[in-house]
Amino acid sequence: MATVTITVNGKKRSATVEDRTLLVNFLRENAGLTGTHVGCDTSQCGACVVHVDGKAVKSCTMLAAQADGAEVVTIEGLAQGGELHPVQAAFHEHHGLQCGFCTPGMIMAATDMINRYGAKLDEATIRKELDGNICRCTGYHNIVKAIKAAADAMAGTAQAAE
Amino acid sequence: MYETNYHRPKTLADAAALLAKSDEVKLLAGGQTLLPTMKQRLAAPTDVIDLRHIDDLKGITESGSGGVRIGAAVTHAEVAGSETVRRLIPALASLAGEIGDPHVRHMGTIGGSIANNDPAADYPGALVGLNATVTTNKREMSADDFFTGLFETALEPDEIVTAVTFPAPEKAAYAKYPNPASRYSMAGVFAARLADGSIRVAVTGAGQGGVFRVSEMEQALSSNWSPDAIAGVKVAAGDMLSDIHGSADYRANLVSVMAKRAVAAAG
Repeated sequence: MATVTITVNGKKRSATVEDRTLLVNFLRENAGLTGTHVGCDTSQCGACVVHVDGKAVKSCTMLAAQADGAEVVTIEGLAQGGELHPVQAAFHEHHGLQCGFCTPGMIMAATDMINRYGAKLDEATIRKELDGNICRCTGYHNIVKAIKAAADAMAGTAQAAE
Repeated sequence: MYETNYHRPKTLADAAALLAKSDEVKLLAGGQTLLPTMKQRLAAPTDVIDLRHIDDLKGITESGSGGVRIGAAVTHAEVAGSETVRRLIPALASLAGEIGDPHVRHMGTIGGSIANNDPAADYPGALVGLNATVTTNKREMSADDFFTGLFETALEPDEIVTAVTFPAPEKAAYAKYPNPASRYSMAGVFAARLADGSIRVAVTGAGQGGVFRVSEMEQALSSNWSPDAIAGVKVAAGDMLSDIHGSADYRANLVSVMAKRAVAAAG
């Protein structure tokens, strides 16, 4: 057993867990944050993506003990003061989801790629960057549209009217 | 996943001491292969040693001879984004940027990749293609000597990769046919002309024994660096992997196609 302390969405969370505990299980079961999903459990689908020290990672492929001392942001940490994060707002506006199961991972992956590419993010890059996130409903079209709109909005550029 | 004990050493010496304790101890670099394998209960180490907090394993620096030294715990994303690597060996930066997906690249490391020596991994192609040197806590060895077979390396049980040093080539490129689902290489060819004029063609993803060189292509390219020079060179299908993703014949053909693309891309 190990005592693990992780700053999750700005708040310190400590728990004594088995060393084999995955970060996603720590978040869901110890921190009570069930927005981070377990989809495939084989490191492929990306439903469990969170940010660890500012970088998108698959929380089903990291031990909680590895994240001891780290800063983690989950889907619950994006909205500020009741106001949706621009990426969340764009997924809502552009209907970037159907069943919604993959959406937390999609949004965390999207915010990560916008952090890295900013206004340079184009459609081809978005599609390539979504390699690690699988959606079985949407065909990705509206997800890509939502991410592009969010990148443009966050860069302060006017969004083309549709 | 079976129970395990997690360790976070701060120094290489502490990591080596923990590793020497038992055969059932595993090094945990980025964990992007080891943890999925443990989750499937295909691996059950009693202890895992996290290598991400050892300063000696970090950093990308220009080596004395004009090449690049990459610490074993450097992630694929760091290599792909490194200004130094992009300037001196752009083919290596682009190879790192094509491994797995963005989230895997934020965790997976060069040391972990080469120590695992998955036959479908990309880095072995770059190490052999560029005649890189692998440094461990005990010695240095050439990439040719390091990779010994499928998931096999020359590493001793208590040996830890600390860095890889790549010479800057005159020109080089990597062409990969990724499995459309896993992004692992089904055939990847790293072609390079090194600073001393020697030619290397290294193939990963396709061979039964892991990464291998194609001397016939190297000879053909020595006198004529062009895709046409190797158009007629075929590797033996009998030595290729064959699985649900592609037959041995198919992979043998992919090797020729990827080799031509790599040579063309290197210019």
